[in-house]
Amino acid sequence: MNNVAHILKKELKSYFVSPIAYIVISIFLILAGWFFFTTFFIYNQAELRIFFALLPVLFSFIVPAVTMRLFSEEFNTGSFELLMTMPVSSLDIIIGKFLAATVFVAIMLLPTLAYAVTISFIGDLDWGPVIGGYLGAVLMGGAFSSVGLFASSLTRNQIISLIIGMAICFVLTLIDKMLFFLPVPVLNVFQYLGADYHFQNIARGILDSRDIIYFLSVVFVMLYCTNLVIKEKI
Amino acid sequence: MIRIENLTKYYGDVCAVDDISLDINEGEILGLLGPNGAGKTTTLRILTCYMTPTSGNIHVKDLNIHNNSLEIKKFIGYLPESAPLYPDMIVYDYLCFVADIRQLNGGHRESRIRELAGLCGLNEVMHKSIHELSKGYKQRVGLAHAMMSDPEILVLDEPTSGLDPNQIVEIREIIKGIGKEKTVILSTHILTEAEAACDRVVIINHGRIVADGTTDELKKDAGSDYIVHISLQHTDFDIIRDAFRLIPGVKEPIQTGSRDGIIDFYISCSTGKDVRPDIYSVIRDNGWPLLEFHMETRTLENIFRELTRES
Repeated sequence: MNNVAHILKKELKSYFVSPIAYIVISIFLILAGWFFFTTFFIYNQAELRIFFALLPVLFSFIVPAVTMRLFSEEFNTGSFELLMTMPVSSLDIIIGKFLAATVFVAIMLLPTLAYAVTISFIGDLDWGPVIGGYLGAVLMGGAFSSVGLFASSLTRNQIISLIIGMAICFVLTLIDKMLFFLPVPVLNVFQYLGADYHFQNIARGILDSRDIIYFLSVVFVMLYCTNLVIKEKI
Repeated sequence: MIRIENLTKYYGDVCAVDDISLDINEGEILGLLGPNGAGKTTTLRILTCYMTPTSGNIHVKDLNIHNNSLEIKKFIGYLPESAPLYPDMIVYDYLCFVADIRQLNGGHRESRIRELAGLCGLNEVMHKSIHELSKGYKQRVGLAHAMMSDPEILVLDEPTSGLDPNQIVEIREIIKGIGKEKTVILSTHILTEAEAACDRVVIINHGRIVADGTTDELKKDAGSDYIVHISLQHTDFDIIRDAFRLIPGVKEPIQTGSRDGIIDFYISCSTGKDVRPDIYSVIRDNGWPLLEFHMETRTLENIFRELTRES
C-alpha cells in the first residue's frame, strides 16, 4: 500500500511541476464559468443545477486530457521499464496513477466551490444538492479517470489516448440520450449504463446506492482492463 | 547466485533468445557481448522481471522469476539502455521517489541520496530537471537509480553508450568500484569495455551463447596469440614473404596494403615466445627501411567478429 502512496505523490507532483495542470484547470474553469454564468442570471434561481448539468460533457473531454499522459508518456520515454523493474506490482502502479488523476480532478473542482459560496450570499442556496453534486462529480471524475487511464495504457501516443478516452467518456455520457427511439425496456438498460443519468441522480441530492455502485463498477472494470493490457504489454 | 535455465523468448515469430543457460557467480562482473539484436537486452529484461520468458526460468538465490518477481526486484538494481528517466522531474525529486519505492526512510534516505550524488558526481545537477541534463548526466542519474538500495545484483544495459571518452572512463571506474563487492552484469557491444571492466565475458549471437570465459581464456581459445604489423619501404611483396617464412613459429605474412613503394603487412605468431627480435633481424639483414613495427595482442574484437560473423 505504501507504494501506491509513493506513486500517487509522484504523479500529482509531476502534474503540478509541468504547465499541463494549470492549462487544464484554466480551460475547465473558463468553460464551466462561461456556460454557467451566461444562463445563471436568466434562470434567476439560487442553485448550481446548470453547472452540474454541464459537468458530464465537460468532464468527457477534460478528464481524458488529464489522464492521457499517465501511461502513454511512460511507454514513449521508456521510463515504464524503470518503474516496472523496481519492486512495485503493476496493480500498485495502476491504483496509484488512478488515484492521482482522481485527486487532480477533485483539485480542479475546488475553485468552483466559490460559485456555491457566492450564490449563497445572493440567494437562499439549498446545500443538499450542492454537496451531492460535488460528491457525484468526484465519483464521475474517478470513473472517467479510470476510462482515461485505460485509454492511456493502450498506446504510446498521447493524442490517440486522448481521443480514445474522450470517445468512451462521451458514449458513457450520451448513451441514454442518443437512443431515445428505442423501446422503453431497452432504453432503461442503456439508461443504467449512462454516466449522466447516475450523476444527475446524485446531483439532485439523493444518495442511492445504485448510482454509487455504478461509478465504482466502472472504475473496477476499467482498472481491471488496464491491468490486463499492462500484463499483455510486457 | 543467478542461474539461467533454458531461457527462450519469442516476439511473435521472431526468436530473440534461444535456449540460453548460464550460471553467474556472486561477486562476478559479467559482460554480455553481442551484435545489435543478439538478445542481450531481452535477456536482461527477463532477468529484471520486466518481461516474462516464453519458456525457461531464472533462479536468483532460491527465488525464481515466475513466482517471486517482486522479491527478486528488491535484489536487483537495473539501468536500462539510455536511461529512460522522467524528463519533467527534478533529479533530487526523482532520487527521492526511487528511495521511497525502495523503502529507504527518514534520515537514511537523505544520507543515501547524498552518498550517491557524490559517488556518481551529481552534486551540481541535483536541482535541475532531468530533460535539461546531458546524456552523460542522465546516465549517471540512472546509475544512482540502480544503486539506490545498494542491491546485491546490478544489471546495466549498455551503461556507456553515447558517452564521451572521459565519461566512459569515469562510469567504468564506478562500475569497477561496485564490482568489488557486488555481482554486476553489463551488456555492451563495445569490446574494449568488456575487456577493461569484466571478469568474465559471454558472447551472444542470434539468441545463443557462442562463447563464455575470461577474456584471456577466449583469446587463448581463439588460436594465435598476437600479430605483428609492419610497414617497409619495398616494392616486391614476394621477396618479403619468402624472407619471413623462414622464422620458426610464424605464419605466412599477409599483405594489407601497398602505396608509393611502401608495403604494409602483418604476421600472425602463435608460439609461446616473442619472435619480434627474429623478425627485426630479418629486416636488418636485408637492409629494408623500416617505417612501422608494432605488436597487437589478439583482440577481443577479432574473436568477436569471428564468432558473430554472418555465415
